[in-house]
Amino acid sequence: MTQSLLEIDKLSVTFQLPNGPVTAVKDVSFSIAEGETLALVGESGSGKSVTSTAAMRLLPELAETTGAIRFNGENLLEVTPKRMRRVRGNDISMIFQEPMTSLNPLHRIGRQIGEVLIRHKQLKGKANRQRVLELLNQVGIPEPERRIDSYPYELSGGQRQRVMIAMALAGEPKLLIADEPTTALDVTVQAQILELLKSLQAKYGMAILFITHDLSIVRHFADHVAVMRYGEVVESGRTLDVFDNPQHDYTRMLLDAIPRGRKEPAPADSPVLLSGQDVKVRFALKKRLFGKNEYFEAVRGIDLSIRRGQTLGIVGESGSGKSTLGRALLRLLKSEGEIRFEEADISGLDKSGMRPLRSRLQVVFQDPFGSLSPRMTVGDIISEGLKVHHPELNRRQREAEVIAALEEVALDPSMRNRYPHEFSGGQRQRIAIARALILKPELLLLDEPTSALDRSVQVRVIDLLRDLQKKHGLTYLFISHDLSVVRALSDDVLVMKEGRVIEQGSTEMIFSQPKEAYTQALLKAAFLESEAA
Amino acid sequence: MTTESTPYSGEQTHGAPLPAGGPNPPKAPDPAIEGAPAGESLAKDAWRRLSQNRAAMLSLGLLIAIIVVCIVGPWLLPWGLAEVDWNAFGTGPTLENAHYLGTDANGRDLLTRVLYGGRVSLSVALVASFVSLVIGVLYGAISGYLGGRVDNYMMRFVDIMYSLPFMFLVILLMVVFGRNIFLIYAAIGAVEWLDMARIVRGQTLALKRREFIEAAHALGVRDTKIVTRHLIPNAIGPVIIYVTLTVPKVILLESFLSFLGLGVQEPLTSWGVLISEGVDMMESAPWMLLVPSIFLALTLFCLNFLGDGLRDALDPRTR
Amino acid sequence: MLIYTLKRLLQAIPTLLIVITISFFLMRVAPGGPFDGERQLPPEIEANLMAAYHLDEPLPMQYLRYMGNLLQGDFGPSFKYKDFSVTELIMQGFPVSLEIGGLAILLALLVGLPLGIAAAIKRNSTVDYVVMGTALTGIAVPNFVLAPIFALVFGVLLGWLPAGGWNGGALPNLVLPVVALSIQQIAYIARMMRASMIEVLGSHFIRTARAKGLNEGEVIWRHAIRPALLPVMSYLGPAIAGIITGSVVIEQIFGIPGIGRYFVQGALNRDYTLVMGTVVFYGVLIVLMNLIVDLLYSALDPQIRYDD
Repeated sequence: MTQSLLEIDKLSVTFQLPNGPVTAVKDVSFSIAEGETLALVGESGSGKSVTSTAAMRLLPELAETTGAIRFNGENLLEVTPKRMRRVRGNDISMIFQEPMTSLNPLHRIGRQIGEVLIRHKQLKGKANRQRVLELLNQVGIPEPERRIDSYPYELSGGQRQRVMIAMALAGEPKLLIADEPTTALDVTVQAQILELLKSLQAKYGMAILFITHDLSIVRHFADHVAVMRYGEVVESGRTLDVFDNPQHDYTRMLLDAIPRGRKEPAPADSPVLLSGQDVKVRFALKKRLFGKNEYFEAVRGIDLSIRRGQTLGIVGESGSGKSTLGRALLRLLKSEGEIRFEEADISGLDKSGMRPLRSRLQVVFQDPFGSLSPRMTVGDIISEGLKVHHPELNRRQREAEVIAALEEVALDPSMRNRYPHEFSGGQRQRIAIARALILKPELLLLDEPTSALDRSVQVRVIDLLRDLQKKHGLTYLFISHDLSVVRALSDDVLVMKEGRVIEQGSTEMIFSQPKEAYTQALLKAAFLESEAA
Repeated sequence: MTTESTPYSGEQTHGAPLPAGGPNPPKAPDPAIEGAPAGESLAKDAWRRLSQNRAAMLSLGLLIAIIVVCIVGPWLLPWGLAEVDWNAFGTGPTLENAHYLGTDANGRDLLTRVLYGGRVSLSVALVASFVSLVIGVLYGAISGYLGGRVDNYMMRFVDIMYSLPFMFLVILLMVVFGRNIFLIYAAIGAVEWLDMARIVRGQTLALKRREFIEAAHALGVRDTKIVTRHLIPNAIGPVIIYVTLTVPKVILLESFLSFLGLGVQEPLTSWGVLISEGVDMMESAPWMLLVPSIFLALTLFCLNFLGDGLRDALDPRTR
Repeated sequence: MLIYTLKRLLQAIPTLLIVITISFFLMRVAPGGPFDGERQLPPEIEANLMAAYHLDEPLPMQYLRYMGNLLQGDFGPSFKYKDFSVTELIMQGFPVSLEIGGLAILLALLVGLPLGIAAAIKRNSTVDYVVMGTALTGIAVPNFVLAPIFALVFGVLLGWLPAGGWNGGALPNLVLPVVALSIQQIAYIARMMRASMIEVLGSHFIRTARAKGLNEGEVIWRHAIRPALLPVMSYLGPAIAGIITGSVVIEQIFGIPGIGRYFVQGALNRDYTLVMGTVVFYGVLIVLMNLIVDLLYSALDPQIRYDD
């Protein structure tokens, strides 16, 4: 390795929490040479963000840091706070995961970028503004002259991240720390931001420390990679070497944690279970006393049908209306148009009319933290549906059902008297699945059921869903922005954008021969691996 | 994927540790028997946090002590509420005659009167807070749950109530209904519910959008059950916090009314009445002001500390 | 902005109308009348008085008459202070209450905000504990205890300042009532500012500001204070309206001719017009203060725009 720019040497970080010390980072060592990119990879809780934040010395005071962080030979853990402030934003810059909240909402973006120039380049007045315009131009903000005076709320998430990048570039740093810079963004925007970082790196010759959980990005982006788990680096090396020949079990597991395989198609003659015709959903934005109310049309007339045993994947970016459509089909939201379940029109049914059907149409939501009531035990949560649909069961019978359901989702039934907050994200998602399954539904609406989970957990939940479908002949309405998951689970795919279906067809067709430019962009941005395995 | 006998072995847990869900999860021999260990509910969790907060626990202890003393004290003291000691008019604190904290200008034992006054002040606080709790929770929950136009009108009404001078309203209510201690409860409660209603409505609106409420709808759970089983238990944290902050407010209000001569009437007394008497005698008998003031301030102090502690213990953001 | 302001003022009309109506009828439901308290009047004289003030008319008629007068800006004569109209009473008392209340709020902001900010920055330090402990004491000791003690200690015992009296608003006469009135506000503002400051200091954009290499002073002064002020401001609107309409306790103890006492005395004496006058006055102030807060809000937070 050439002259190293940043050298992290046996770094340990311990948080002195009220309940005792917690070591988040243990003896971590790696180094980055000038102009190269190192990806720090790990799942949630692996300590990757703590490591990078420690390099900027931005950790809260209750963190105890030992070891050394050498930047150009200078140990940053030992320099004065004043010296450290000269390093921050000037020698090392940082961009964060949360573009929506990382900019000061009360200041114009030009001022926020210009602040760095005043601080580190003594650039004031006209020259400052001129440089800010240049930077905005470089990060691809359209109409910089106008945008320079915008407030953050006037920009989209992708644009805000560009502003963050402009701010980071303002000091012309030698090292840029990017902490999950694309995670909160839609896939197509993600790809643009990565592209931008790459081109800027080529231009400025800066090194990048790239923190991510997403291995597909690493392969396309980083020269070197360090894999972290439980606060330790388990494996590091050149990206190609590590990917082609992983040494550590954990790395291998991560690399393998990609949803694979295809769904066996449902029999061609199986009957249509659920269909929708010209389904529309609109939300009132503004109610006026006189004149027309203003509406936002989330779903603008969609036709679809699912046959028994089939999985229909609904793909789209945030705001495409995919979740709204799913809720409308299950009559959880008011909608226009016709919805049929087993030939019967259910779009006119009221709450009590829908109730008998509820046990047959179930749902699993995205957020494993929000979808379970924090005040109920897991057993109570799972058995709630039984109380509605099978009031004849006594407590003991219900409990037996709960145990069976928990076993079905591979959770230890003895945990049924515990509360949701005592479980991990993946376990909670299993609980949510058990709550739906206990009613023996025919159709399951899966609304991004794996999006909030770590990749390795994701894969297991997907396997579980696949097994359950096979075992019970379930029909899935699968909503996701994650194309690799959709590909592994669906028979047919429906691509949504701005409330409309822009393309639909069999999974095979959509993935191999996308017709619409938007679908093509989505697929390209997702870095889907060609299925070698 | 690596070979795994149990899919949940690798997943990390937050919160309290679970029994190791290793390759062979412990299985109860007869699962139908209630052998499953109980988990730690959020309430228990909150209590644990609260009990680690020394200031809050000290306040709680002191508060309980004040309450117990106010209830039990008058029975143990030799003097009655309106009993006049003809040998001691306006004497300072002394051990003689068992006037430990002195007497007032009419020769009545101050400690006895302060404890009796404490009973009144504390019971006013308790009942009025309860009244405001009931009105506020019902009003707020209905407004938030129904939403839309009803919510609009109901909250508009609250806004209008806010534009009425608060003191005027209390005074007027008391004038209308006469000066009866129970009506003081009601009057104060009837005015203090506005903040509670707003808080509960905000909670309800936020909860309504949560996915577990949607999941309950998807299960076909009835509206009434959704309110009682999902909404209310989950809104209870902020409500408890707010109640602990309402109690000191109400005590203050009652003593303020009493101070103005609008509160409880002779022979009954309350801390506010005693403070008002103390102000008149401030120069010649300062203890008459200090003793009830200290009781009042100490109670308010403890309640506020406890409220702060509860907020820290219950607020999910601190976890 | 102008259109928004006008719209808000228009919207305030029904609010005020309801406030007036509620107060009017609530007041009349109360037993007793304005001429009860004095020596027993001969029935014919009382009847004459009632007729003179139109109190013998049916209630709805009285209500309409009152509203009609109100529209012309006439609050009517006071029943108790017989030589004055309600407007005169309010106009005499309000400048006094405004001066005391305004100064108290100013003092509360000047002391409370820096204390809250300091406590937030030095969170969980001795500074924090001392400030918050003091603030809690300020909340726990009611002003009807504090004010007389102030008067006794600084006025009577030490003799530094006058223990009471208005004296045309001379500075020494202002000090004690203003300080006594502001203590509780200082405590509230300091607590609120601390809480919102802690929240802001934990936000992502503060992390960004630190990552830029700004020093802690710049981070707090340029990035943290403004957003932290927003919640305090929403509190201030109604609080200011309440304080500048006078405090009964402070006026009573220091002998200040403000309008706070009219709320209480008016209600007790069934001085219908005086009570109604103060209620309307208070209502208008509340509406105005809330409007000012909202306009200030939009000046501080660019995301809030009142275009239509």
